[in-house]
Amino acid sequence: MATEQGHVAESHEAQANDRIGFGFWVYLMTDLLMFAVLFATFAVLRSNTFGTPEYHELFSLPLALAETLILLTSSFTAGLGMLAAGRGDKVQVLTWFGITFLLGLTFLGLELKEFSEFIHEGYTWRSNASLSAFFTLVGTHGLHITSGLLWMGTALVFIWKRGLNAPLVRKLTLLSLFWHFLDVVWVFIFTIVYLMAFA
Amino acid sequence: MKEFLLGKLDAHALPHEWFTIGGTAAFILGAALIIGLITWKKRWTWLWKEWLTSVDPKKIGIMYFIVAGFMLLRGGLDAIMIWLQQALSSGDSYGYLSADHFQQIFTAHGNIMVFFVAMAFIFGLINYIVPLQIGARDLASPFLNTLGFWLYVAGVVMVNMFFALGGEYAATGWLAIAPLSGTQFSPGVGVDYWIWSLQVSGIGTTLGAINFIMTILKMRAPGMTLWKMPLFTWGSLCSMIMAVTVFPLLTATLFLLFFDRYLGMHFFTTDLGGNAMMYTNLIWMWGHPEVYILMLPAFGVFSEIVSTFSRKRMAYYKSNILGMLGVSAFALSVWLHHFFTMGAGANVNAFFGVMTMIIAIPTSVLVFTWIATMYKGRIRFGVPMLWFLGFIGVFSVGGLAGVLLAVPPADFQLHNSLFLVAHFHTMVIGGVLFGIFAGINYWFPKIAGFRLNERIGRYAFWCWIVGFMMSFIPMYTLGIMGATRRLDHYDASTGWQPFYVLMLIGGIIIMIGVALQLVQIIASIMQKQRLRDTTGDPWDGRTLEWATSSPPPPYNLAVIPEITSRDAFFEFKQRGGLPRAKYEAIHMPKNTAAGIYISAFAFLASFAFVWHITWLIVVGIVGIIVCFIARTFNDDLEYTLSAAEVEKIEKNRLKDVRSEPRQGRDDDEDMGLWEFIKIVVTWALGLIGIRRRSHGN
Amino acid sequence: MSKKRETHTHVKMIGSIVLVLAGLALLVAFLLQGKNVALFHPRGMIAHEQLRLMLVTGGLLLVVAVPTLVLLFSTAWKYRESNHRSMHDPHVRYSKLLAVGMWLIPSTFMALLAFIMWPATHKLEPQKPIAADVKPLTVQVVSLPWKWLFIYPDQNIATINHLQLPVDTPVRLQLTADEMPMSSFWVPNLAGMLYAMTGHSNTLHLIANTPGDYPGSSAEINGAGFAGMKFTARVGSSEDFSRWIDTVRASGRPLDAAEYEKLLKPSENHPGALYSAAETGMYDKVLMKYMDPSGSEGHMHHGAHHE
Repeated sequence: MATEQGHVAESHEAQANDRIGFGFWVYLMTDLLMFAVLFATFAVLRSNTFGTPEYHELFSLPLALAETLILLTSSFTAGLGMLAAGRGDKVQVLTWFGITFLLGLTFLGLELKEFSEFIHEGYTWRSNASLSAFFTLVGTHGLHITSGLLWMGTALVFIWKRGLNAPLVRKLTLLSLFWHFLDVVWVFIFTIVYLMAFA
Repeated sequence: MKEFLLGKLDAHALPHEWFTIGGTAAFILGAALIIGLITWKKRWTWLWKEWLTSVDPKKIGIMYFIVAGFMLLRGGLDAIMIWLQQALSSGDSYGYLSADHFQQIFTAHGNIMVFFVAMAFIFGLINYIVPLQIGARDLASPFLNTLGFWLYVAGVVMVNMFFALGGEYAATGWLAIAPLSGTQFSPGVGVDYWIWSLQVSGIGTTLGAINFIMTILKMRAPGMTLWKMPLFTWGSLCSMIMAVTVFPLLTATLFLLFFDRYLGMHFFTTDLGGNAMMYTNLIWMWGHPEVYILMLPAFGVFSEIVSTFSRKRMAYYKSNILGMLGVSAFALSVWLHHFFTMGAGANVNAFFGVMTMIIAIPTSVLVFTWIATMYKGRIRFGVPMLWFLGFIGVFSVGGLAGVLLAVPPADFQLHNSLFLVAHFHTMVIGGVLFGIFAGINYWFPKIAGFRLNERIGRYAFWCWIVGFMMSFIPMYTLGIMGATRRLDHYDASTGWQPFYVLMLIGGIIIMIGVALQLVQIIASIMQKQRLRDTTGDPWDGRTLEWATSSPPPPYNLAVIPEITSRDAFFEFKQRGGLPRAKYEAIHMPKNTAAGIYISAFAFLASFAFVWHITWLIVVGIVGIIVCFIARTFNDDLEYTLSAAEVEKIEKNRLKDVRSEPRQGRDDDEDMGLWEFIKIVVTWALGLIGIRRRSHGN
Repeated sequence: MSKKRETHTHVKMIGSIVLVLAGLALLVAFLLQGKNVALFHPRGMIAHEQLRLMLVTGGLLLVVAVPTLVLLFSTAWKYRESNHRSMHDPHVRYSKLLAVGMWLIPSTFMALLAFIMWPATHKLEPQKPIAADVKPLTVQVVSLPWKWLFIYPDQNIATINHLQLPVDTPVRLQLTADEMPMSSFWVPNLAGMLYAMTGHSNTLHLIANTPGDYPGSSAEINGAGFAGMKFTARVGSSEDFSRWIDTVRASGRPLDAAEYEKLLKPSENHPGALYSAAETGMYDKVLMKYMDPSGSEGHMHHGAHHE
């Protein structure tokens, strides 16, 4: 009887995992649609520069490339972290996600550096529609990265304190999904915003 | 310092006009009355524990109904104010409202009716009925559900907040078309209130929709395949999928408009390369599907009602579903028909015209399936069925007008005229609101445990129908006469005034209908013993929600049966009842106040955004984050009812259910209007009498 | 209870609804006597064609809708519970043919409608010039804070809230706006509406075939003065038109930059004005005000902005 109840509880847990994983995917799709709007507005408005320099004069390709590589690497380390979570290895989880966290932070720092340089030179989101769209698209991604870091930070603290329990592993799974998602969005931003400026 | 503390807020924002003072007073009075009543009855703990923090979709559904009901009255009052102004304001008379105030009223009317009435009623119905219909105990994420509800409440507060602080709402029309909604033409806080009331409740809608998709797709009773799912659930699923697709667009668009206003960006401004036409595109990419998001669950309601009240299985069930899916798919690709007149060119216009016409095809299929379902049935004309027939009459007029509007050259003449306004009112009132009324009359016994008074329900229905014709036939006519929408004044020479007066009279008759609906509910409560539904199945229902008692226990069905066919419950009844099975332990979610806290902080943040109070923005956002973390890292979310406990609850419950079903309900037994008035008058006289006696002492 | 009484109630209800409808129809018809029912009283070729298209479409729709509605309500009535003569069969079999039919019938009608609509949309496209022997008249229309500015570039005059047109002459209207949200130019007796937007020039072709005064307005909400943003389209003979031009020219008040600045200030219910001359290229200047100065002339002088 006891084992039967235990079995029921376990399948109850598994079902909940399944549902929440699915729901999270649906959420990611809604987020993607939001980004789609931002991409579309950027595409429509990007030539409305009203005298500010063309993007290929503004952007530093090495910087964008560095950002891309950092984010891709962080996705990879997050993947390693998930593998460690599968093995139940708490130290490795903390290490790999710690590295992911630092890489994310670096990415954010570079992005902010780029923004502050633009603003310093007098090209702000108030300058024209094109720059409004640029700052909004890239900034929204940055905001997502920030919330991802917040989430990762708290998750790591809880893992450190409570150990790798099932709900925390579930959270890590969703988090790494989110992180990969942001990576994919960034690849689009890199291509459409940065690379195409030089095309 | 003052600017730091209060942002743009100052004494000038306090109410100083008759309508803001009136509105504020009304809200304060109402709130004081409710708070006083609860305190007097010592019901605070009960309210907090049993209702406000509840994660039971049934209770959340009821709360949606209550808030939406109040908002219906508020939006209805707006409608009467609009019509009164238009009936008066001809020639030398300029009515009783300034142009600006008039424009705020119709903007608020549109927002309230779509977001805070129709959407909320639909969410209420889905919350209550869908889990029951699919044999689920709760939702995939009970927390997201309460969060969605409380975000909606925050939106409701936002949309009424301007009465007390700011004194102005958006004067831009319900979609705040740019560049009119930019700071250049709308410098005040009105549009900001508009943005944030929609933003907050819209995000709630997205979360709710994700939740229902998870629930419907992942939590159906064993054996209930998609092709065995009840049609209301199907309609809800289609609607929620559309919501998930288009509400992110609304969220993004509102943010862009907000950035324009708050950060001085140039997405939709006239200067520095802003593109206002992009706003029109984006907002309608959401706006058009939104109508269908409301409509599809209503279609589902009608399918359930037609089938039950004809005592027949739904005919052409799959065609009906394909129809709903077709509507959902095509609804996403017709948005441009809202602005043929912007000058996109013949090919683009004609393409979107064709797409729009295509939607008429699945919609007609739905009508055919209803006809086939009634064929060789035995139709009871209960109030829900009356609303269905009313819906067909009104909706087809609106639909025909809609196809006419889909023809671009015709649209060039009809667009932005009262013809268009009449068209979408016949669609949304006839389709959505009548669907909601039908649904409430149909499921009320399940929700309350007693059914609604039929007689007064019929009176209300007829008032609605007659009032509706009185107001909307003249409105179509005015459109053909060349009257544009949203006019606060017109020349006497146009000869429009008699039609506006007719509209006002129609509106008053509709108001009487609304009053009768309230009377219907009160009279039913008075006669609750006689109207009690002891069987849980007052209409000889066909779907699973009728398999449990009225009202159902928190866990819906004690034992979830294996489903083998459509109309699952009807089949079970044919075979002699639900299969008996051993009770098992049930996991139930614990109540939580996290949704309330998060919404409260979201409200603070959006209020701070409206008034540019930076520190409060920070407080709001940090508050949201902290609450989220506290909630998501809390693992103690469920409690378990043991099999023995379930058995005990069920035994008590079954005692009632097993008692003899009432025989042959006779409509004439329901209280009539006269009887109701007599009782109320006697009661009122009694009150005075008691006071006299106490004076005598 | 009487099922009979129930039936009786229903009959009474249906009777009264028919009565209300008929009464309303009569009332509306009576009230329409002698009024300008703009859409049904077209005074130009375009509006005429638009009305015809509406009637054809509407008629076709009624051909499907009326039988469907009759079928629905009569089915509901025939199979009412109190009617014991009709057969109840909860297990009735439905034909597959009908399942196909219910998709096919509306599809056919919509296809038919689409075939009517597609060429009509091209034919009545507002940008399409109207073929005629007479040289078309060009009028440039600017939506200003709650008044309409009409510039006659070839005649070199301008008016506020007054559009004078010669009869039977094609008119090419160019529409834009200045310091205004989107507005919609509409003279329902003559043609459908089109939006006037800052930074864009929309073209609307119309023709007036009957002399008279026709009301025009902005059909799109654009601020507090929206309801008062009306004008008159006066259609007269071509002699009337040239006489009118002479009068306007004689009025002696030109529309110069200073006067235009005054017009840009919001005003409601503007009584109208006539200007003896209009600065040349004024319309294009208004249009260019919102355009990207760097966009049209290629990528010039970035350095200038660095400073």
